Amino acid sequence: MSTTATKTLDTPQRVQPRAFIRPRSGWSTLDVFELWRYRDLLFMLAKRDVMVRYKQATLGVAWAIIVPLTQMAVFVLFFGNLLGAGNKANEAAKSAVIYPVFLLAAQTPWNYFASTVVSACNSLVGDSNLIRKVYFPRLVVPLSSIGAPFVDFVIAFIVLLGLMLWYGMSIVPALVALPLLAIAVTLAALGVGLLLSALTVSYRDFRAVIPVLIQLWFYATPVIISLTWLGEKWNWLLMLLKLNPMAGPIEAFRAVVLGLPIDWTGLWCSLGSTLLFIIIGLAYFCRVERRFADVV
Amino acid sequence: MDSIISAQGLSKRYRLGASATNDRTLREVIVDKTRSWFGSDAPANGNGADKRFFWALRDVSFDIQRGDVVGIIGKNGAGKSTLLKLLSRITDPTQGRAEIVGRVGSLLEVGTGFHPELTGRENIFLNGTLMGMSRREVATKFDAIVEFAEVERFLDTPVKRYSSGMYVRLAFAVAAHLEPDVLIVDEVLAVGDMAFQRKCLGKVQDVATHGNTVLFVSHNMGAVTSLCTRAILLERGSVVLDGTVNEVVDRYMTGTANQAQTPGRITYQPLPADDRDGQVLAMTSLDHAGRACENTLFTDGFSVELEYVLHRRVPDLEVSIDVFDRNGAKVFYSSTRRPPTGDTFEPGRYRSRVRIPGKFLIPNHYWISAAMLVPNVRFVDQRERAVSVQIVDNGSDLHRFAGTDVGSVWVDLEWGTTRE
Repeated sequence: MSTTATKTLDTPQRVQPRAFIRPRSGWSTLDVFELWRYRDLLFMLAKRDVMVRYKQATLGVAWAIIVPLTQMAVFVLFFGNLLGAGNKANEAAKSAVIYPVFLLAAQTPWNYFASTVVSACNSLVGDSNLIRKVYFPRLVVPLSSIGAPFVDFVIAFIVLLGLMLWYGMSIVPALVALPLLAIAVTLAALGVGLLLSALTVSYRDFRAVIPVLIQLWFYATPVIISLTWLGEKWNWLLMLLKLNPMAGPIEAFRAVVLGLPIDWTGLWCSLGSTLLFIIIGLAYFCRVERRFADVV
Repeated sequence: MDSIISAQGLSKRYRLGASATNDRTLREVIVDKTRSWFGSDAPANGNGADKRFFWALRDVSFDIQRGDVVGIIGKNGAGKSTLLKLLSRITDPTQGRAEIVGRVGSLLEVGTGFHPELTGRENIFLNGTLMGMSRREVATKFDAIVEFAEVERFLDTPVKRYSSGMYVRLAFAVAAHLEPDVLIVDEVLAVGDMAFQRKCLGKVQDVATHGNTVLFVSHNMGAVTSLCTRAILLERGSVVLDGTVNEVVDRYMTGTANQAQTPGRITYQPLPADDRDGQVLAMTSLDHAGRACENTLFTDGFSVELEYVLHRRVPDLEVSIDVFDRNGAKVFYSSTRRPPTGDTFEPGRYRSRVRIPGKFLIPNHYWISAAMLVPNVRFVDQRERAVSVQIVDNGSDLHRFAGTDVGSVWVDLEWGTTRE
């Protein structure tokens, strides 16, 4: 139990909660009960982000459709046509693959991951006025930053389904399997986001690092290409890339959409490293969160 | 015993310099670590003489019983806000410990947790959950909150279109309906119109009579005296006096009257920027030639100059002075009225000067307080009785009444007299 934890879930009328205030140092554990009591705050902060995002933009929800489609068009033009990634996709799958669907199937989870990580990183600094003035479990803030990216993801997902229908593909497997994979993506994004959000408070340098990091991460993730395209001599690189928490879920996402076999080893590798990220992220977050109000 | 808050030796140390204001860069950390490896320049731990740290709170102990209404008073930088931060668990103490029984609700700064783009309704839920209520709880208290805040008609309007008064009312209403066991009120009642202030004080009193505990921080000694039964006086981070409210307020008022360092000028230590949007750095009374002085001639008048810093943009900021006579009665108030920084409110250092004309204040002794405030919303900074001015008679014609009370303001009025 965390030392300043409120020791009960009951309302004050029945059992008085008791708060112990004292210096803490070193590693402390997560207070799950307290986090649970603040679940409504988590929801309200997420809702706030979503509302503010769509209230301020004139085109509102339309952006969630325009952005990924434009991105896709650019990728199709440059990588699909000019650099021949479209043909490569056909060769690897030994069948005719619709490259726009191939792309969007990977882009949708990737964008969800990337924007969650970015908004988690900025969340603590962005809500610094709350952190300096009110007490609540700090974990609520980065967790709630999933809200707006999630809404964008749902919209992009519907667009993806629409595109599949347009090309006459079956959407049934996608409807069943993709929500499960979306959970894997969410966990990966939160694990990475937690760690980076806490690091951003401690060291502001990370604010400058994150855009670059996300960009590098994009190229380490099979969005434009598929890992199956890598030949024998790239085996060492393949092993390394499979440790990327996003590699497995994205390959699986695409496999489901295109009706190809899922690379289970890759998926398990990624889930393993996701778990590692979550553990490290949580541990570091809990270690430094008590300093947030002083340094944020 | 029925002790609801017990604090033992609470202390809080902050780092000064760049890291206290904000950024701690990797470079700094690497430099620090390298230094400590080589054993030189390592920061001395717990050493009070270390210039890199300062103690905002030092060895504060007290016990508060259920139903107590306790005023926490002290000058700016005395550690009041730090104490509240520790008690509301926003930050951990460096040393010492405290135990609180029951739910703590803080009514800290107006508008914390309000999002300008969201409507009043949405903000009530956001703010309520932020204070630790569940959505269901907020829903059941929703009507009471709206009624108390008097914002029924504007519930679906974004709060950025609210008047400052409405903003304050809504913020107070949400916190007041949290029904905490311990209510922490920081300086909020100093704002809002009179009617609403009375309503808020009534609500605080209500909380107290229901057997709950109130911690009340204010510069408004009137409010402290009327609300609290007990008070704690803090000075430079330590408890100087803990006793009945009258005893402590008396001590505070006499204490603040003697703080000028050089005649006519007082400077204040800059406090950490993360805690405040700005602060007064210095206040000077100047004679007609622009010299700092404590004495000025009746016919010359004098000027008051305020030096202050803005750390963040504060819309609608005004800078003001209050002039008190030697009995503590306010003679007049004057403010920049328009934002002192023109149309922009950018952070930076500023200097404002106001001239008090000659042949205006009756020769006597006066105290001047300064404030940076957003009218009806909040005080950014307040400095009580900072400088004093002695107005020396040089022909007001009032020496004829020496020793008698002729009021504070000299007016040259036309009299007409006829013989009946």
